[in-house]
Amino acid sequence: MALMKRALVGFAAVLLLAPGVSIAGAAKPVITIENPGECIAPAEEMRRNHMEMLKHQRDRTMRQGIRGEKASLNECINCHASKTTGSVTGKGGFCESCHTYAAVNLECWDCHQPKAGKKHAEAAGVKP
Amino acid sequence: MNQPEDKSRRSFIGAAAVGVAGLGTIALAPGLHLVEVSQANPTSAPSQGASSKVRWGMLIDTTKCATGCDVCVKACATENGINETLKDARQGSQWIRKIDLKDPKADHMHSLPMMCQHCAEPPCVDVCPTGASFKRADGIVLVDRHTCIGCRYCMMACPYKARSFVHQPLTEQNPEVPRGLGCVESCTFCVHRVDKGMKPACVESCPEGALTFGDLNDKNSEIAQRIARESSTQVRADLKLNLGVRYQGI
Repeated sequence: MALMKRALVGFAAVLLLAPGVSIAGAAKPVITIENPGECIAPAEEMRRNHMEMLKHQRDRTMRQGIRGEKASLNECINCHASKTTGSVTGKGGFCESCHTYAAVNLECWDCHQPKAGKKHAEAAGVKP
Repeated sequence: MNQPEDKSRRSFIGAAAVGVAGLGTIALAPGLHLVEVSQANPTSAPSQGASSKVRWGMLIDTTKCATGCDVCVKACATENGINETLKDARQGSQWIRKIDLKDPKADHMHSLPMMCQHCAEPPCVDVCPTGASFKRADGIVLVDRHTCIGCRYCMMACPYKARSFVHQPLTEQNPEVPRGLGCVESCTFCVHRVDKGMKPACVESCPEGALTFGDLNDKNSEIAQRIARESSTQVRADLKLNLGVRYQGI
């Protein structure tokens, strides 16, 4: 019993200490809205739910071929890409600055093109 | 016996549910709603998606296909952003490639493009341990890179050597064709074009008009009519995979 009490006290101490440590360690994200205007949903909803929106949309597009839905990664980029780098990644990039703060590993851009306005290359004789 | 009681309980629950729904969006916390109500107005309705009434297919007339011509291969590479500088030339992705065939007795040579045959019974889908390899309702066989773990089992299973693995990080993808390190990939029949009502890049680019693309299930389509009228072959038909791609003149 005494052992359990001691363990509980120790656990509580860790809980109390942990937030202080993390706040001191990480720099606040820089969020620059490059194209001010209306997003597809209010900011607080986007902050909390954008990953769910994108995940469900991606499965419908990939698996069922449904295109042109409300949520779209390419539309995120078109609005939020930095005007200086043209990208949502990199230091201070719209996606990357928050994800670095939240310690979320961004894998979208391993495959998806993170730069806005990148022209689809046209092959000879192929209509765009 | 308890029926009247049950009924009243059910109607109470029903009424309670209506009451909750009537309140509309209930904010539990900023951004967290009990009932999700979209506030955005999408500019246009999303497309219907792939239909199982359609079976996309391709007919390749190898008698028209010129030896030494690789216009379709180049068009595919441009369309799908296969433009990386390779560290090892053997590791290049081949969504479509040209093959030269020679009859050793007759010395007759001819050439044909080979790519994913979009089987109705795809071995790559059978072996995939994660479900990343799949067949769409309209018969197009694809890799879902979100679930592909790069094990390359499908590359072993494919009788047509149609799949490739990406060995290096990529940066110059086309926005409509995401592709990257650690995943298997293959011909998609240019699914991003097909969904917009266009034809695959290889079909449009062929200067000889050797490739025909269309819906095998639509009796009025050019491809279905030609397959009904003219003789065509499935490569390794003995495997009974019911291919979407058919060849003439081999």
